Amino acid sequence: MTLLDTALIDWSRAQFALTAMFHWLIVPLTLGVSIIMSIAETLYVVRSKRNLQESERWKKIAKFWMTLFGINFVVGVASGLILEFEFGTNWSNYSWFVGDIFGAPLAIEGIIAFFIEATFIPVMYLGWKKLNKKFHLASTYLVTFGALLSSYWILVANGWMQSPAGMTFNPDTMRNEMTDFWAVALNPLAVNKFFHTVLSGWVLGGVFVVGVSAYLMLRIKRLDNSEENFVMARKSMFTGAIVGLAATLLVCITGHDSAKHVARSQPMKLAAMEGLYEGGESVGLTGFGILNPNKVSYNDSINPVICKVAFPKMLSWLSFGSTNAYVPGIRNIIDGGYIMPDGRTALSFSEKVERGKMVNEALKEYRNALKAGDTDKMKVHKAEIDLYFPYFGYGYLDKPEQIIPSVPLTFYSFHIMVALGILFIITFAITLLLIYKRKLQIAGSTWQKWFLILLVLCIPLGYIAGQAGWVVAEVGRQPWTVQDLLPVQAAISALDAGQVQTTFWIFASVFILLLAAEITIMVRQIRKGF
Amino acid sequence: MTYIFLQHYWWLVVSLLCAILVFLFFVQGGQSVIFSVSRKEDDRAHLLEVLGSKWEITFTTLVTFGGAFFASFPLFYSTSFGGAYWAWMLLLLCFVLQAVSYEFQSKKGNILGSTAYRVFLMLNGIFAPFLLGVVAGTFFTGAPFTVDKENLTDIASPVISNWDSAWHGLEVLWSSPVNLLFGAVVLFLTRVLALLYIINSGVNEHLHKRLHIRLWTNSALFVFHFLLLAGKLLTIDGYAVDPQTQEVFSEPYKYLHNFLQMPVVAGVFLAGVLLVLFGILRTLLAKYKNGIWFAGTGSILVVVSLLLCAGWNNTSYYPSTTDLQSSLTIVNSSSSYFTLKTMFYVSLFVPFVIAYIAYTWRTLAKNK
Repeated sequence: MTLLDTALIDWSRAQFALTAMFHWLIVPLTLGVSIIMSIAETLYVVRSKRNLQESERWKKIAKFWMTLFGINFVVGVASGLILEFEFGTNWSNYSWFVGDIFGAPLAIEGIIAFFIEATFIPVMYLGWKKLNKKFHLASTYLVTFGALLSSYWILVANGWMQSPAGMTFNPDTMRNEMTDFWAVALNPLAVNKFFHTVLSGWVLGGVFVVGVSAYLMLRIKRLDNSEENFVMARKSMFTGAIVGLAATLLVCITGHDSAKHVARSQPMKLAAMEGLYEGGESVGLTGFGILNPNKVSYNDSINPVICKVAFPKMLSWLSFGSTNAYVPGIRNIIDGGYIMPDGRTALSFSEKVERGKMVNEALKEYRNALKAGDTDKMKVHKAEIDLYFPYFGYGYLDKPEQIIPSVPLTFYSFHIMVALGILFIITFAITLLLIYKRKLQIAGSTWQKWFLILLVLCIPLGYIAGQAGWVVAEVGRQPWTVQDLLPVQAAISALDAGQVQTTFWIFASVFILLLAAEITIMVRQIRKGF
Repeated sequence: MTYIFLQHYWWLVVSLLCAILVFLFFVQGGQSVIFSVSRKEDDRAHLLEVLGSKWEITFTTLVTFGGAFFASFPLFYSTSFGGAYWAWMLLLLCFVLQAVSYEFQSKKGNILGSTAYRVFLMLNGIFAPFLLGVVAGTFFTGAPFTVDKENLTDIASPVISNWDSAWHGLEVLWSSPVNLLFGAVVLFLTRVLALLYIINSGVNEHLHKRLHIRLWTNSALFVFHFLLLAGKLLTIDGYAVDPQTQEVFSEPYKYLHNFLQMPVVAGVFLAGVLLVLFGILRTLLAKYKNGIWFAGTGSILVVVSLLLCAGWNNTSYYPSTTDLQSSLTIVNSSSSYFTLKTMFYVSLFVPFVIAYIAYTWRTLAKNK
C-alpha cells in the first residue's frame, strides 16, 4: 500500500475538528436550556395549586425555552451522528486498535441515553394537552436526564482517550482489550470531564437565557402584552443567572481538578496551556501574557513570552497542591530527567522513542513466533511488549517537535476561557443583584439599556468560552488520539487526501447552512416573545 | 457463557437492531411518497405529522445500531466505514438532512423554504433505504478489501484495513446486481410499510383511496424484487468458514444450505414472509387498518433471519472479493470475550427500553 501522506492526516484532523466544533456549538445549549426549562416547568406544576397566574407564566416560560431547545436539539442530533460515523470512516485504525474499549460507551450511550431522549422529546412537545402535568413534567426531566446520561458516556469515551485505563494490549489480536469495565466507566479523568463539560453547558445556558431575556426586555415595547412579557423575561433572566452563576463557580472547582489530572497524565498539554518552556519549582500561573512569535523551536534561547502577568507559585499549587511543586516545561518533558509526582524519573523523548521502537520490534517477533507456533519465544516477546507498551505510540515518532501541540492555540484558548469565566461570574452576580434590588424595570434608564446590551453581547462570548475549552482539551493533546499509545498518523483510514478534502467542504457547507437556518429560526422565535 | 456463544449472541443483537431499523424505516418510506401521494396541503401536513413523531426513534435506532456494531464487531466498523467511504458518507448526508427537516420545514425564517426541507425528506426517504439495502447486499456479495494486522508494526503504513477499489464504496452500485436488488427490496418494503402505517393512523376517505392505490403498485414492486432476490440468494455461491482453521472458502448454495441446516432460522424467515404478505393482502382486499403490525413484525423476522443466514453457521458475513482470507466472520472481527460479556449485561436493558417506549406511545395515543 502507499505511504500515508501528511495532507491526509491534516484533512482528517480538520474534518473531525470541524464536526466536533460544530457539534459543540449546539450541545452545550441543549444541556443548558434543558435544565432551565425543567426548572420553569417544575415551578409551573408546583405553583398551579397556589397561584394560577404565576403558574401560567412559568408554563409559558417553559414552553418558550422548549421551543428553542427543539430547534437546537435537531442540529445536535445531525452533527452527533456524523461524529459517530467519522470514528470509522476517517479513523479506522483507531477503531480497531481501541474499538474493544471505545465502542462500549458509544453503544451504552445509544441503548440507554438516546432512547430516553428520542422517546420523551415528542412526548414533551405533543403532550401538553394530552397528558397530566406530572407525566409531562416527568417527560421533561427525562429529556434532561437523557441529555446528561448521553454526555456521560461520550465523555467516558473521550476521557479514556486522554488517560487510558482498564485495558491491556493483546498481541494476538493486535489491539487493546478491556479488562476492567469500571476502570473505564469511572475513570477519574472522565468523571471530572463530565462535570466540567456539563457545567460549562449550564454556563452557556445561563448566558444564553440571560442574554435572550435581556434582548426581549430591550424590545419590550414592540411585543404584545408587554408588561407580562417583561415579567416573564425578568423571571427567565433570574433563573438563568442563578443557574449560570452556580455553574460558573462550580466550573472553577472542576477546572482546578481538571488541571490536576492534566498535570499528571498530560504534562505537555499543561505546559502548552501556560506557554511554559522551562519548568521548575514554585512556578507562577500566567494571568495574562503575549507569546513571542519569534520563538520557533523548543530549545532555542528566545524568550517564549513578550510580556506576562503571573500569580507567583500558583501553577505549582493548582497542578500538584503545593506551592513548591515542580512543574515541567516543554523542554523538560522532551529532555526528561526530572522527578515525576509518582517518584519516578521522567524519560526523555528519545528514550521513549527507543522504547516505542523496542515494543514494535518485540511485537514483530511475537507475531513471527505466533506463526511458527513457538510458544517459548512468544512468552519472551510478550513480556517485552508488556514492559514497554506504555510507550507504544512513540515508536511512530522520530522528532521531539512531533509531541508539542500548537502552543499559541492552546495558550490563548486556555486564557480566553478563564477570562470569560471570570467575566461571567461578575455579570451573573450583577444581574442577580439588579433583579433582587428591583432595578430592572419596564421603563428603564439609559444605563439599564446599556447593561442589557452587554448581556446580549455575552451570548457569543459564552460560545467562545466553550469552544476555547475544547480547543485546549483536544489541540493540547495532539498528536495523540490515545495518549502515548496512538498518534494521529497511526490512527487514520487509508484514503486519498482529496476524498477527505471533498467531504470536508461538503460538511462545511452543510454546517454553515444549518447554522444559518437555526439562527434565523431562533431569532424569529425569540422575537415573538413568551 | 462461552466466547463463541457471545459472538453468536451479539450477531443476533446487531441483526435484530438492523431489522428493527428496517421496520422503522417506514418513516423514510413515508417521506418518499410525500409529494406523490397527494397534492393537498392538508394531506401532506397529516403525513408529516404522523411520521414526524417517530423519526427520532428511527434515528436513534440507527445510532444504536452503529454503536452496537462498533462495540461488538469493531473490525467491520474499521474495515467497511474506513473503506466504503463514499457509501457511508452519502448515507450520512441523507440522515443529516432528515434530522433538521421535520423541525425546520414548518418554521419561519428557515432560509430555504418549506418545500426545500420536504424535498430533503423525500431524498432521505428514497436514498437512505436504498443505500442501506445496497450496503447490506455486500454481506452476501462481498467487498474489495484486505485486512492485515501486521501492518500495525509498519511505522510508515500502519493501517490494518485497506480498500482495494479507488471508488471507495461507490463500486457497490455496480459490483453485483444482488446489491441493487437488496436496495430495491428495502426501498419498496419501506414504502409498503409506510403506506400501511399511514392507513393505520386514520386518514380521510380521499387520502385512504390514494394510499390504497399506491399500496397496490408498491406491494407488486416489492414482491417482484423480493422474489428475484430470494431466488438469487438461495442459488448463489456463499462464503463458508472452516471452524477449525478459520479458513474462508467459496461454497455453492451456501445460503440455501444455511437455511436447511438452521431450520429455526428458515422457519422465522418463512413466518416473516407470510406475515408481510398477510399484512399487505388483508389491507388491500379488506378495509383493514392493522396490516402494519403484521407486515412490520414480518419484516423484522425476515431481516433478522437473512442476517443470521449471513453470519451464523460458519459463514463469512463480510467476504473480501480481493483476498478471501481477509473476509470477516463473527469470530475474527468481534470484540474480546470480556467486552462482549460486559455488553451482554448492557443488552439486558433493551427489553426495558422497548417496554417504556411502548408504554409511552400507548399513553400518548390513548389521549388523542
